[in-house]
Amino acid sequence: MHSISTARVLLIALGVIAVASFLPLWVTGYILGLLTIAYYFGVFAMAWDLLFGFAGEVNFGPTFLIGTGGYTAGILDNLYQPPIWICLVAGALAAVTGGVVLALPALRVRGPYFGLTTLVAVLILQNFIVVAAALTGGEIGLTVPDVISISDTTNYEIALWFMAGSGAILFSLSRSPVGLILQASGQDAVQAGALGFNVTKHKLAAFIISAFFSGLAGALLVFYLGTASVGTLVDITVGVQIIIAAVLGGRRTILGGVLGAVFLIAMSEVLRPLGDLSNFVVFAMALIVVLVFPGGLFGLLTRTKESG
Amino acid sequence: MSTAEGAHLEVNGLTKRFGGLVAVRDMALGVRAGEILGLIGPNGSGKSTVMKLIMGIERPDAGSVRINGVEVARRPSHEIARMGIGIVFQHSRPLHRQTVLENITLALLPDKLTRLFADPAIEARARAIAARVGLSAVLDRRPGTLPFADLRRIEIAKAIARDPQVLLIDEPFAGLTSKETAMFSDLICELRDDGRAVLLVDHNVKSVARLVDRVLAMYVGERIAEGTADEVMRNETVRRVYLGGSIETAARAESSFRDSVTPFLEVNNVNVHYGKAQALENVSIHVHAGEFISVVGLNGAGKTTLFNTISGLLPYSGDICREGTSLRGLTAATIARNGIVQCSEGRDLFTDMTVRENLDLGGQHLPPAESVEQIGWILDLFPILRERQKQTAGTLSGGEQQMLTIARALMMKPKLLILDEPTLGLAPVILEQISKALERLRQTTAITVLLGEQNVTFALPHADRVYVLEHARIVWEGKPARFAAEAGTGYL
Repeated sequence: MHSISTARVLLIALGVIAVASFLPLWVTGYILGLLTIAYYFGVFAMAWDLLFGFAGEVNFGPTFLIGTGGYTAGILDNLYQPPIWICLVAGALAAVTGGVVLALPALRVRGPYFGLTTLVAVLILQNFIVVAAALTGGEIGLTVPDVISISDTTNYEIALWFMAGSGAILFSLSRSPVGLILQASGQDAVQAGALGFNVTKHKLAAFIISAFFSGLAGALLVFYLGTASVGTLVDITVGVQIIIAAVLGGRRTILGGVLGAVFLIAMSEVLRPLGDLSNFVVFAMALIVVLVFPGGLFGLLTRTKESG
Repeated sequence: MSTAEGAHLEVNGLTKRFGGLVAVRDMALGVRAGEILGLIGPNGSGKSTVMKLIMGIERPDAGSVRINGVEVARRPSHEIARMGIGIVFQHSRPLHRQTVLENITLALLPDKLTRLFADPAIEARARAIAARVGLSAVLDRRPGTLPFADLRRIEIAKAIARDPQVLLIDEPFAGLTSKETAMFSDLICELRDDGRAVLLVDHNVKSVARLVDRVLAMYVGERIAEGTADEVMRNETVRRVYLGGSIETAARAESSFRDSVTPFLEVNNVNVHYGKAQALENVSIHVHAGEFISVVGLNGAGKTTLFNTISGLLPYSGDICREGTSLRGLTAATIARNGIVQCSEGRDLFTDMTVRENLDLGGQHLPPAESVEQIGWILDLFPILRERQKQTAGTLSGGEQQMLTIARALMMKPKLLILDEPTLGLAPVILEQISKALERLRQTTAITVLLGEQNVTFALPHADRVYVLEHARIVWEGKPARFAAEAGTGYL
């Protein structure tokens, strides 16, 4: 919701993150591990929301960008063992390059075809990883020789502050003049063009930014897990979870993606005793939230704040 | 063609085809700085396409568009916008989550990716523009909470924010009250007096006559007349296109219908609102059994709304009676099954099914023998459909599709057939064929017809009585023969 000023939202978010940074004092390493993954998923969801909520393009292939970033970083480390930060930068750049290669033709087609193109890109990447098993580890997965840290707390803090930084940048961007043009391009490309805006340029920029954060987060996730596998980084179901997290958290809110991701991972943990049913319940709950509160969790929070 | 020197906008030989249809053919026009040119034409004449071609929203197949002598045809829209052309769209499409001020600010932003922080100078300019168009009081509101006229103001504000030398305005007065129309006219005049070239697109001369310096009339993609508003209104071709020249009418007297005491259909003081806009205002009409009634009105006058209300598709106040019994509370399906059948503007054929299958579907509720008999009768009425029986509906021409739509409606054996703009987008020669079929229908059956049209040439010849619908109100009722003399000027 826009009625709350950008500065105020960032201030509240900073407060929440400050509290979250002290969590390692109280909770177990296991929960820290879950949250670490949730935070990276939060970045995925925020990057996706920039494309969908603002540029108006449904990217069914967030995992194409994540996988490209994660695997590039992992393979580089596996082959040459450069400093980890070089692997991370390479992963982010590879995701951006892959994103541009995908987006340039995809942005020329209208409507559902953009989404279909991105979906096919995921399948191609997935197949490539399986086929080029010597390089990528194939279906078994790729084990990277290095990890950033073996300390739960360090990994947790890295994920938290990386998420906070990404969120601050993406959120500020969404509320900047460029974000306004992006929204106009997403909602009515004809009118945006008639107002003198190069719609393709702005959407491509959004795609590049989305790809950068997705790729970097993907690479960080690989160096946290110590492995890269299709099932955790690339598979379509991973992409679907990211999309659900973003929509659940609140479309066009950017920050809602974090709420959605934490909610999804927390719920599946809480419901673990239900066994196979747990996923079913989580998704059913997600469906209800989306249907009943189109503003998502973020919309729900800001609304209570307004009335209170 | 008077493309005078120093013209800001100059269009020559502009042509656009959509598949086999030539939407715009060899169009030429020029607008000088400080001048308003009215571009008028009936529905489907191609005037909106001309505007989109100039703006670069559609790519012309041939021809040139020059701004101050610089060729811009076939360039992308955003470049053309930066060359100094602005457009006010007919439908307002603001960003709904942003305030009015932010919507105007948007139009002032440069096309740059580096503008990450709000610029107070831009906001000040946005406020000044808002003041000029009369939006100062609502700057912090969201568009969704504003009345219709204010949404229009936002569109104008956005267009002038870019300070265009050439301004294209699509149907600026549609849906506005007369007071609002006067205010917008003043605003448009001010924009001209700023030294801009203004191209005003509308349906008829009358609505823009007070405003324009010159008028150019179009019909089926071509220029048919140009001159002052008076000259164009006197032009023979224009009169023929809009009024149909001398029309032979065959009206039967109202008293000749059997039920002249209780009409078959009575619409009494009906009001319909779409959100804030009033679409029908105290509309009363009646239709006798066997009568052929034409409701004439321009785009947006409320014809479709009236028909949808009768068909039970819209909530209304007032009363609609069929043979003395109120239709209130009946569902659209019941009303249709009981014999009030509407052929909507959109045709709604099953385009992947054959002509015969479409007709069979229309006759689903009839016993098989009766259905076959009805199809035989209908194919006699529309001989061309007999030849096309095995063809899929999607491959028919526009005129044949229209005939099939009417034919399918007739399969339901309607007591009252409602035809909503059957001539929309059809070539004159096709009109003739449909016209003949309607004439046969009128002469050989006891069917009651309610026809909505803006094409007067088509609406008058068959009609027993005519209603004129204008800005949601019935403004005239009478014999078709008296139409040209008493109500015709409104249609030029």
